[in-house]
Amino acid sequence: MKLNLLSRIGTTTAVAAFALSGAAFAQQEPATTIAITHAKIFTLAGAPIDDGVLVIKDGKIAAVGTNVDVPAGAQVIDGKGLQVYPGLFDPVTQIGLSEISAVSATVDTTETGTINPDAVAADAILPSSEHISVTRAAGITEVLAVPASGGFDSRGSANLLGGQASAIHLAGWTINDMLIRKSVAMVIDWPTIDTESFDFTTFSRKQKPFSEAKQDYDKQVNELSDWLDNARHYAVAWGHGGPAEYQRDVKLEALVPVIRGELPVLVFASRVREIREAVEFCDKQKIKMILAGGAESYKVKDLLRSKNIPVILQPTLTEPLDEDDPYDRSLTTAAELADAHVKFAFGSFDNSFARRLGQQAANAVAHGLAYDEALKAVTIYPAQIFGLSDQLGTLENGKIANIIVTNGDPLELTTDVRYLFIKGQLTSTNNKHQELYQKYLNRPKAK
Amino acid sequence: MNKRLALILTAVVAAIFATATSSKLCAAQPNATPAPEAAPIILIQNATILTVSHGTIEHGSILIKNGKIAEVGESVNAPKDAQVIDANGQFVMPGIIDCHSHIAIDGDVNEGSISVSSIANTADVLNPEDIDIYRDLAGGVTTANILHGSANPIGGQTIVIKLRWGQPASKLPFEGALPGIKFALGENPKHSNFGGRGREARYPATRMGVEETIRAAFSEARDYKAKWDDYNKRNAAGEKNLIPPRRDLRLDPLVEVLEGKRYVHSHCYREDEILMLLRVAKEFGFKVRTLQHVLEGYKVADELAAAGVGASTFSDWWSYKEEAWNAIPYNAALMTRRGVVVSINSDDAEEATHLNQEAAKSIKFGGLSHDEALKLVTINPAIQLGIDKRVGSIDTGKDADLVIYNHDPLSAYAVVQKTLIDGRVLFDRQEDLADRPNLEKEKKALIDKEKKELKDEKKSDAKPGEKKPDEKAKPQSEDAVAGGAL
Repeated sequence: MKLNLLSRIGTTTAVAAFALSGAAFAQQEPATTIAITHAKIFTLAGAPIDDGVLVIKDGKIAAVGTNVDVPAGAQVIDGKGLQVYPGLFDPVTQIGLSEISAVSATVDTTETGTINPDAVAADAILPSSEHISVTRAAGITEVLAVPASGGFDSRGSANLLGGQASAIHLAGWTINDMLIRKSVAMVIDWPTIDTESFDFTTFSRKQKPFSEAKQDYDKQVNELSDWLDNARHYAVAWGHGGPAEYQRDVKLEALVPVIRGELPVLVFASRVREIREAVEFCDKQKIKMILAGGAESYKVKDLLRSKNIPVILQPTLTEPLDEDDPYDRSLTTAAELADAHVKFAFGSFDNSFARRLGQQAANAVAHGLAYDEALKAVTIYPAQIFGLSDQLGTLENGKIANIIVTNGDPLELTTDVRYLFIKGQLTSTNNKHQELYQKYLNRPKAK
Repeated sequence: MNKRLALILTAVVAAIFATATSSKLCAAQPNATPAPEAAPIILIQNATILTVSHGTIEHGSILIKNGKIAEVGESVNAPKDAQVIDANGQFVMPGIIDCHSHIAIDGDVNEGSISVSSIANTADVLNPEDIDIYRDLAGGVTTANILHGSANPIGGQTIVIKLRWGQPASKLPFEGALPGIKFALGENPKHSNFGGRGREARYPATRMGVEETIRAAFSEARDYKAKWDDYNKRNAAGEKNLIPPRRDLRLDPLVEVLEGKRYVHSHCYREDEILMLLRVAKEFGFKVRTLQHVLEGYKVADELAAAGVGASTFSDWWSYKEEAWNAIPYNAALMTRRGVVVSINSDDAEEATHLNQEAAKSIKFGGLSHDEALKLVTINPAIQLGIDKRVGSIDTGKDADLVIYNHDPLSAYAVVQKTLIDGRVLFDRQEDLADRPNLEKEKKALIDKEKKELKDEKKSDAKPGEKKPDEKAKPQSEDAVAGGAL
């Protein structure tokens, strides 16, 4: 691992020595100062800077521009011919919660039952997950680990209240190193009116008439409503007396920040009917909504705009929902949302395909989205949507130094990430895949 | 829903989700009319031509006559009446060949009830109206290997088709392409991920059992063949009163495999099972034509090269199940470097729409050249399917199966502008865009008609509390969803 890192950055001896010290992963090492020089810097907070300098100090961006002095003693990375961007941000993954989707022992994405607001992703994130280093190699420096968000991982289990999503850096020895914010959103999987469903426990399909399906749907929405109402009552009792006055309830307690408007709900919904009803519901409940998925969000873009509801868009490389949809239906939604001034971000909604985040964004550009918007939709927009833009998403003074240095467009298929920084630490892009590659590249010829 | 779901489960399951939500309305799609009798003479000019076989021609032309490439070069002699496609600033490459597809067969992917389902044949269930044909065509795919699922060690028979959208099922098969049969090894045939849980276990349940199932079937097939050979010999010698051996539809395709008349396309993941199949094939004297998925192929690449077996894999899929845990995106490049003929396939109707992009990833992961990456989705799959004399590169005499992109197809920003099969433009992005308002109108008219009919129905004969027929549960056999993975 160290050797590989050394070979990548071997041009600068100072940096090589740094790598050899094993500090590449150390998050609690003494502060280091690093300067990236002569690079084209895309701050995403203004025009790109040609032949610029970016200084990292104490894990933060200390300076960026053309007239920036390299501090004495700084480790210098010559960025000539290279480009600097904020690290990419994937706002819906199950990273750390799931290793091998089909092996349930390795999957911790979705609790049983339907009401699990007290489940917190950060409590079950595996810092040594192989997905972390593989995803990092694609230039993704931070993600949201979102409970109850994996279709297959969840075995079809539908949580009305799925738990709390955690924002994490993709590096760290422990969850404490990795945490950006433990709770950034409450997951709601919005119910659907399904006349046909698939039962994963018996592996058979089940059918019911529409009237029954509608009743089930209404029941679920009412249940959701009851939980929020109860949380509101609970918050009042909580604020007025000691434990003697009320019965402690951790689920209701977890919902209090939601009803107080401090914690947004991340609502998974695809169809226009469900999106509309979710918007109406959140409006009535006076809770802050973020839409996730949003296959048909383009049909309600004006509503989303007027209610200021941002969208974490399903992967652009997804089949259209309906047979009679235009063949490029999923590819043009991003451009339509942008045109309607709906704030959106791209998400992989996955672990193994998280590294396709750039590809997803580039495909939206190919279908009408402005390139700058695409870049922002994998960096600053997700940071804004989850209230983290004061810390992440652009290359500005004072922000956490999550940075990638590439040999080209970070959204393009063939671009390499040459250097990657998380919390200001030069972090290896080596991973399980590269190790297996090296091993079998060097297999002696079989006799 | 993600790709893993489609892969690990089955298209049948995916279809259940789809039918549960998808609109029943199906407006006519562009080009749904039968193609004209004679293919037009077409001249594609000013294009960057990625021939695959002999490099790149800048500002070149391709002349198409009778559905074939008549001439290709910097300048060609075109007749005056040729229909001109000006591809200035655009890129032309050979039509993409998808060596692992399940489009055009709807839910009929897996006959999963038995361990040897060689009686089943995807050719019998071709659906020319499957919208995925059009969508994949719009992604530059012109030929696809339509495989049975992977629920059985020996699965169903398979067929190579051209994506001739608008033509009846009888016109889809790729003329002269050898048919195949699907084998499957590992977790899917042994039902690792969906056995138990209220379902009866089906033999085999281990990789040992998978091998024995194949060996047993070929032992039978060998004896069966011997009986027929003996009968045919004696019959030819004029012997009277012979009783022919009893026909066995299950063994007939296996005899074709033994005789080299049917290709074996085997789903596999792990290095051990890959070598197992090659040993069994050697023992019974047949060839494995392609290993499908073959995600650990990089570990035994020399052995694959020595066996002369093709490898058809994914670009960057991994970790969706245990046997995909050691999958690496360098697989295609590593196998290529060791002399294996490698292709990148889709196994998924959506993935097929950007196979050009998936091929490009082998430049980043493993350092293939631009041309080598292009081969992964053109001439290499053509070689694997035995159709490389007809398709897979832009050469005089080959079928005019071509894709025109607005950028280098190995970029995520490239969009297909036109797709041609047999010299006919079957997908044209501008026409598709222009036709959308008409389709919207047609759709609206159909919805209004449906609404009106429902209203009339209610007025005339609705009785309170009566169930409408479409609300009754359709009978569904469990096997329809029990198949396993693709």
